[in-house]
Amino acid sequence: MKARVIVTLKPGILDPQGKAIENALHSLGVEGVDTVRQGKIFEIELAAADKAKAEAKLKEAAEKLLSNTVIENYRVEIL
Amino acid sequence: MKAAVLVFPGINRERDMARSLQLVSGKEAAMVWHTDRELPKGTDLVVIPGGFSYGDYLRCGAIAARSPVMEAVRKHADKGGLVLAVCNGFQIACEAGLLPGVLMRNARMKFMCKEVHMRVERSDTPFTRRYNAGSVIRVPVAHGEGNYVADAETLARLEGENLVAFRYASADGVVDPHFNGSMNAIAGILSEKLNVLGLMPHPENHVDPIVGPTDGRRLFESLIETLEAA
Repeated sequence: MKARVIVTLKPGILDPQGKAIENALHSLGVEGVDTVRQGKIFEIELAAADKAKAEAKLKEAAEKLLSNTVIENYRVEIL
Repeated sequence: MKAAVLVFPGINRERDMARSLQLVSGKEAAMVWHTDRELPKGTDLVVIPGGFSYGDYLRCGAIAARSPVMEAVRKHADKGGLVLAVCNGFQIACEAGLLPGVLMRNARMKFMCKEVHMRVERSDTPFTRRYNAGSVIRVPVAHGEGNYVADAETLARLEGENLVAFRYASADGVVDPHFNGSMNAIAGILSEKLNVLGLMPHPENHVDPIVGPTDGRRLFESLIETLEAA
């Protein structure tokens, strides 16, 4: 089974990297970009019998390691 | 003092730390590999040194925080044992939940490698008893991710319970809120029981007069005094 875990910064957390990318886009002349926030995508292949079990495993992975819930939110997508 | 210095792949300040511990205490520190599940018998101080554990992959300190030795460190801290966490060690301690909050990328995206001043906020802790509260000390920093962030509730608790140990400041003690973006100019914080200290600057590099200032020495003297009094 293939899945994705998407980790993003919580709203309100300062994101200096996103800000630098935003500024770089502006200086490249890419117009209409208001804000950029940087996150992470984990592409995961896992052996799981059904979707519910896979989701539970991925949530465990996200809680235990992939995200730091002090500053980040995560969501799981089964592909 | 029976210190144990943790060693993770990618750590590079463990020898500086061991040397400073030896210099000030006269006793050799044990070097403890990250896969060990127990600390050497009689360990009374655990030091998590600086560096780039696991190449800062995922998030600074995230992988090291979940290594086998950290379970032993958690037990040591739960029993009131002393833990000194410096730089990457501070990041590891936060990721491991020994201290609240998280260290994010410096606000101006710059790796800061220089000497800074920090104000000692209190002198009644195992780590700072040889300093005067309010005094300003000079210490080196070397970090790209030292921007301390916590939610409003945690920050209010840290301030309310006086758990901020050090703040970035000018030489005359005026707090510098813009050094690396850290909330409330936080350079170091203490755990609720005051037995865990995490800080971004490197007191272990200002211990030997041969390299210049020795403002970091008192931190180690404080620890020795605390352990001898116990």
